Amino acid sequence: MRTSSKALPTVREVHQARWNEPVVMEMGVPGRRGAVYSAPEAVVEKAVGKAADLVPAAMRRKNRPALPEMTEPDVLRHYLHLSQMVHGMMGVNLFGTCTMKYNPRISTHLTLRPELATLHPYQPEETLQGLLEIVHSFDLILRELSGMDQFVFQAAGGAGAAYIHACITRGYFQAKGELAQRNEIISTIQTHPCNQATAATAGFNVITLPLEENGYPSIEALKGALSNRTAALMVNNPDDMGVYNPQIKDWVKLVKKAGALAFYDHANFNGVMSKIRARELGFDACMFMLHKTFGGPKGGGGPAVGAYGCSAELEPFLPKPIVRLDDKTGRYRLDADRKLSVGKVREYFGNLQVVFYAYAWARAMGGDGIKEASDLAVLANNYMEKKLLAIPGVFKSQPQMTMHRMEMTRYGLGPLKEETGIGIVEVGARMTDYGVDSPWLSHEPWVVPEPFTPEPGELWSKEDIDYWIAALAKVCEEARTNPDLVRTAPHNAAIHAINGARLDDPAWWATTWRAYKRKQAPAARASGKASASR
Amino acid sequence: MSPTNAIAHPYMANSVPEIKAAMLKDIGAKSIAELFEQIPADHRMKKPLKLAPGMRSEADLKKHLVGLLRKNSTCETHLSFLGAGIWQHHVPAICDEIGTRSEFLTSVWGTAMSDHGRNQAWFEFCAQLGELVGMEFVGLPVYSWGCAAGNAIRMAARITGRLEVLVPETLCPERLAVIRQYCEPAEMARHIKVVPVRHDARTGLIDLKDLKARLSDRTAAVYFENPGYLGMIETQGADIARMARAAGAETIVGVDPISLGVLAPPSDYGADIVVGTIQTLGVHMSAGGGAGGFIASRDEEVYAREYPTLNISITDTTHPGEVGFGLTLFHQSSYGLREEGKDWTGNSVYLTAIQNAVYMSLLGPEGFREIGELIIARAHYAARRIGAIKGVSVNWPAGFFKEFVVDFSRTGKTVAKINKALLKRGIFGGKDLSKDFPRLGQSALYAVTECHGADDIDRLVAALKEIL
Repeated sequence: MRTSSKALPTVREVHQARWNEPVVMEMGVPGRRGAVYSAPEAVVEKAVGKAADLVPAAMRRKNRPALPEMTEPDVLRHYLHLSQMVHGMMGVNLFGTCTMKYNPRISTHLTLRPELATLHPYQPEETLQGLLEIVHSFDLILRELSGMDQFVFQAAGGAGAAYIHACITRGYFQAKGELAQRNEIISTIQTHPCNQATAATAGFNVITLPLEENGYPSIEALKGALSNRTAALMVNNPDDMGVYNPQIKDWVKLVKKAGALAFYDHANFNGVMSKIRARELGFDACMFMLHKTFGGPKGGGGPAVGAYGCSAELEPFLPKPIVRLDDKTGRYRLDADRKLSVGKVREYFGNLQVVFYAYAWARAMGGDGIKEASDLAVLANNYMEKKLLAIPGVFKSQPQMTMHRMEMTRYGLGPLKEETGIGIVEVGARMTDYGVDSPWLSHEPWVVPEPFTPEPGELWSKEDIDYWIAALAKVCEEARTNPDLVRTAPHNAAIHAINGARLDDPAWWATTWRAYKRKQAPAARASGKASASR
Repeated sequence: MSPTNAIAHPYMANSVPEIKAAMLKDIGAKSIAELFEQIPADHRMKKPLKLAPGMRSEADLKKHLVGLLRKNSTCETHLSFLGAGIWQHHVPAICDEIGTRSEFLTSVWGTAMSDHGRNQAWFEFCAQLGELVGMEFVGLPVYSWGCAAGNAIRMAARITGRLEVLVPETLCPERLAVIRQYCEPAEMARHIKVVPVRHDARTGLIDLKDLKARLSDRTAAVYFENPGYLGMIETQGADIARMARAAGAETIVGVDPISLGVLAPPSDYGADIVVGTIQTLGVHMSAGGGAGGFIASRDEEVYAREYPTLNISITDTTHPGEVGFGLTLFHQSSYGLREEGKDWTGNSVYLTAIQNAVYMSLLGPEGFREIGELIIARAHYAARRIGAIKGVSVNWPAGFFKEFVVDFSRTGKTVAKINKALLKRGIFGGKDLSKDFPRLGQSALYAVTECHGADDIDRLVAALKEIL
């Protein structure tokens, strides 16, 4: 085997579990039972009669739901089989913009304790003191990292926190009587799509600034967009490609001068964590993703938390309730009596089990560990660059920008595609055959051909990173020597390549078993298949 | 600084000094500091970071965390009758077993092939929920019931081109607050007016006369719930849907799916879009962190093309006879279209959906019937016994599922005072409704589930008798 760099380790073909597991709807046998519930006690039945008669006649369910009938161990085994066909973080995955971190299992275990799992949000405050102390203590940690004056955890994801900002922008200008006039929010093309989307959902018109040569939008473009209609700027920095905007302080000044609010989407916080504070740069508000930067699990897409923090000026508009410490009594309370509050973006006060993970992570890391994590993330990304660029077919976005990138860099396989016809999607699929997950490509729109965005962070070891690079090098080489092998990948995954061509066809898509039986099953039967998974 | 801090950090493989040096050498840089050259000097932190040093010992960390958790009282140390949107249901052990599997817990953006098992579990969530609610199209979950209702109302507004929604005046205040957020303030061009519809004080159900008076050619949707926030089973669903349809409006029904083993699915009485909670299907309360919601509808393009969610479809693969699962209608999401997309999506509660899938396959049709019958029986038992206490009445003593309104007005005591006295006896009383619904007087919403035995209910009744 030949790789493009002698220093790289040998890659090994791995094979995922392939259980050929049926869809659960086809499993089970009538009469089998998983969870059983007792009949009401005799004293209950004596008092109220037959349970079925308590349902108003018009509202009784006529047909049993067509759910599988399985034993408890069969259900367990089925979902264990499915779990074994998930790559997750079992291999090496450097999903850029996602900041893959270790999710300490101490928190997984502790969040299942009744002292957290069986709490009800409406319990009297005096019975929730431990929980409220955790929330408040973590709020203080985020304040120290950002310079903001208050955080809330109601948003159940980063996009939810961006939405809080759009809502607070509405509330702020509503209170000033300027909401009808200030109906525009400015963002940039390399700012995460949730910012533009939440601004639009909140009712604002969106202006998106394009990139200039140096990798970020020009200050002239910002000046051109700002007016007395501007309500806010919502921006990532470093952006989706790992480029830091060195003029961001001047941007914020201009935004403030125009009478608008500046929001810092800290999705890519690892690159600047412990180096800068959003408030010191002039931002009015910022957001951290606890399921990324602070060690909370991804869960395949949540439960997550977008921690939203803001200045004292915006604090009255925050969603309610807010956890407060009464200095006199030393007791914690939930402050819901807030007249200017924008209200709620989601019920209750957050995915507190994820806040718990984040608090535990921050305490395990400490100030020293947090600084080191940022250092190591930037070190690892720069370590990758030289080796990646040594692979023929790989190029770096904004190559003219020679300064060291931050926690991630956007690359592209444009040259490889031109040479071999094979692009990043095929290459990514083949990488999984070597136990490396397909890399994160790019959010829309793709400004770089055949993009990919690895982000090593502080978790992955030098050996892991070398292995990942070796896998990419190996697949790029295969694209030249054995292109069909790459084109037909993956070969070692839980299943073969899916047929994506018809996924958007209304006659084919099926998000439920009912729809599948109506649309796809007849075709499958006609072609001689016995069932969905055989 | 704790003495462990000179040691490499257990979460960071490259925190060994020699490795850092080797990586720097490879880069050709002298120090890590110079790698941060993109950040101008005047952007740097003005005051140094002041945070406690890390606790690298898991033993120390656990001691600290458990110490904090121990300060809480719980719905296990106490007997709780709180519900009102988050409920104490039994979480089967294997829901936690699967929900904490490292593969599911840590997955993010894999491919349809490398994360096949997760995609299949997602599909099985949609497929099973589709059977419970009687709908063919189910999206991947959203943040909460309130968010799902907000999204569904916005879908209806886009479908009908109208900007008004009718909701029951007895709607959960938390959910209503979220819905109002999604409907935007009056200053915004796409503001959706939220119009409350009166309830019939005799039945607790929607006042059809008032509904009729408020329906118009401005109505995008009628939204109601089954069971409603105050616990009642809305028996007039078919009439409501018929009236909405006649006015050219959509019917959106919010449900608690744990009731659907005994209650008719909303598709039976004419729902166009169904939303609801998924917290009741094998998910811990976690002080509200267990919240989650879903959106479902008929599989018609007019609905499917308005979903803001990510959606997973079964499909075939290059290997004959094999199936896989891929995202459908991705382009219309905010990932695909940014501000032109349908509302927005992002991280949601996808791991919850997997626990839900486990829960639904565990219960099966009989389990859902059993749990539904057990809950409705015990809830009625509780209502009878509480309603028999002198001075206490249950507003609507029949026709509810697991929650009911208890009126303490005639006892001369406030709910706040009664709940305080219950707390002293180790009981969390029902949710105080006196502020949110002053017309109900000193009332509280009591929730009873399969977790409450007859003995627990008897204990509550004894405590109430003592207090009142």
